[in-house]
Amino acid sequence: MDRVITLDLEKQTVREINQFLHHDLGESSARVEILNPFGVHNIAVGLDAPVEVDIRGHAGYFTAGMNKQARVTVHGNVGWSVAENIMSGEVRVKGCASECAGASGHGGLVVIEGDASSRCGISMKGCDIVVGGGVGHMSAFMAQAGTLLVCGDAGPSLGDSLYETVIYVGGAIHSLGADAREEPLTADDRATIARLLAAARLERDPGSFKRVASARSLYHWHAGADHKAYS
Amino acid sequence: MTPPIRKEESFSFSRQTLEYIHHAAEHGLYEIRGLGAKRQLPTFDDLLFLTASASRYPLEGYREKCATKTVLGTRHAKQPIELEIPITIAGMSFGALSANVKESLGRAATAMGTSTTTGDGGMTPEERKSSKTLVYQCLPSRYGFNPDDLRKADAIEMVIGQGAKPGGGGMLLGQKISPRVAKMRTLPEGIDQRSACRHPDWTGPDDLTIKILELRELTDWRVPIYVKMGATRVREDVKLAVKAGADVVVIDGMQGGTAATQQVFIEHAGIPTLAALPLAVEALDEMNVLGEVQLIISGGIRSGADVAKALALGADAVAIGQGMLMALGCNSDHYTLEGKTHDASGDYAVIGTEPGFCHHCHTGRCPVGITTQSPDLEVRVSPDWGAQRLKNYLQVLTMELTTLARACGKSNVHHLEREDLVALTIEAAAMARVPLAGTSWIPGKS
Ligand code: SF4
Repeated sequence: MDRVITLDLEKQTVREINQFLHHDLGESSARVEILNPFGVHNIAVGLDAPVEVDIRGHAGYFTAGMNKQARVTVHGNVGWSVAENIMSGEVRVKGCASECAGASGHGGLVVIEGDASSRCGISMKGCDIVVGGGVGHMSAFMAQAGTLLVCGDAGPSLGDSLYETVIYVGGAIHSLGADAREEPLTADDRATIARLLAAARLERDPGSFKRVASARSLYHWHAGADHKAYS
Repeated sequence: MTPPIRKEESFSFSRQTLEYIHHAAEHGLYEIRGLGAKRQLPTFDDLLFLTASASRYPLEGYREKCATKTVLGTRHAKQPIELEIPITIAGMSFGALSANVKESLGRAATAMGTSTTTGDGGMTPEERKSSKTLVYQCLPSRYGFNPDDLRKADAIEMVIGQGAKPGGGGMLLGQKISPRVAKMRTLPEGIDQRSACRHPDWTGPDDLTIKILELRELTDWRVPIYVKMGATRVREDVKLAVKAGADVVVIDGMQGGTAATQQVFIEHAGIPTLAALPLAVEALDEMNVLGEVQLIISGGIRSGADVAKALALGADAVAIGQGMLMALGCNSDHYTLEGKTHDASGDYAVIGTEPGFCHHCHTGRCPVGITTQSPDLEVRVSPDWGAQRLKNYLQVLTMELTTLARACGKSNVHHLEREDLVALTIEAAAMARVPLAGTSWIPGKS
């Protein structure tokens, strides 16, 4: 990285900072330090450049939302919906994430080094999410594609109404949601887990995870499935 | 001797109800269908204009100027939407509709200087190219939703619900999930696809406030943000949308259409458009944002008279979905291919219906080629033919609207007002807050 740019949320608004990140980074690669976030919402949303952004402190809702290309690291905790709809690049949270981390993400990698709260990976569409700790209830709800790797425990109704996302859980699973089922771990699964752990820079035994995927019994609408699943 | 046959039909168990119970008992399935509510409801037909006479001064028929320009999204956006007419095209998805139909809608809207809207499943390049003004929906499913298309949009519509199924998500049955639709939605081909009923990244109005700010940040505060809701608790919902920062509120009454949902939803959830509109206007008034936050009403708008009445009751614009499909030949007994007329009744029979009664959009076998992804059917609407039909329809609506406005003495359609209307029924008078015709009585008010 040839340039380091420092932006300070005590001196600039989030709007000014986002507009700078959208339009004024210039052609060459850069590393951006954002100071004093103090839980401000919508920091670094809509990035579309191969830039490295370090947010030094806790950030609010929708941090790094809809990210493309950029590598954003939050050196603290984040509020709801970090990296929602991520398309590519990487968003890493050194602390914990509140609800809906990586919601609807289409591509790229989301790493939560601590715990993630409920609905982590909800509606995900192809991104990978790695959580160093545990995830809360309804995680990967209606998740369509991509992989959710949880090193710790998973809360109630994991993978409810899953489509093609595969979930790996290192700890205990409180309960599975409608149409989610545990399946045997294959050699391919172990390779995927090892790849994701390496990308997330976490060390765990790939063989110690459980695999959860869709039973696909809700893929075709019929009254019987409807009633069985939700009674 | 055989006794005389006595036929006494039951109101509670009418032939329609009997058919419903028999069907339920036979199949164990509830009915899924397309379009909107078919039951009889209070509508704009229950209102009449008090056009000019001795006490009011009319403008000359189709000659004197009557402005139709409509500006939406003036509250926060750097670039509000400027439309030539107050009639917009409602959100309908590629998936529910064919690519040819989406292109026809875009071209007709562009020709008439109005906007069209994407739907569940995202934006297609064809519709972006053909639409001068395109509203990009942000739906709970987020199928195909991405920042590149977001930045190409002229406005963003946050969809909380729609009139046909407020509180219910969407359905697109497997027969319509073609390879292209599946790819856009990141789903396996051929499965019955469910669109979520809740947004994935926010739940309540406080989160919505921050979500709207995120969308503004993403688009550098350039484009207006609409919030669309099905008409249920309209007064409260409109206030929450305004509080959350909406530039434009869209209220879709229960007559609003859908490509597929449960019949029980279509007929039994939400309130009629006529009842919803005055509630929305009052909510904006109580929030002191009339004129600052614009209001679009939709759900069963069919004619220029409907548009005029909606504007008189306080809407800034209307959105039309089903009317557009009907202009393309929905429920017609024929379709036109390369200038030749072809009988479609056999194709209606294949899906178990007849022209005039069809609501079978969910089957994907639309006999006139509108709500389909099948190559053999979608050719029945060519973009050239479709765009011309839709333009004609929009033109007629606009001419009817201005004719009524002029007769009420207005040189601008937005000057139509509640005072120009009376109601034919007590229900309509109560809902629209206008006097019952021939009286000064507004039920609940005077
Ligand atoms: S004619 Fe086509 S668009 Fe109209 S209701 Fe039937 S299937 Fe739907």
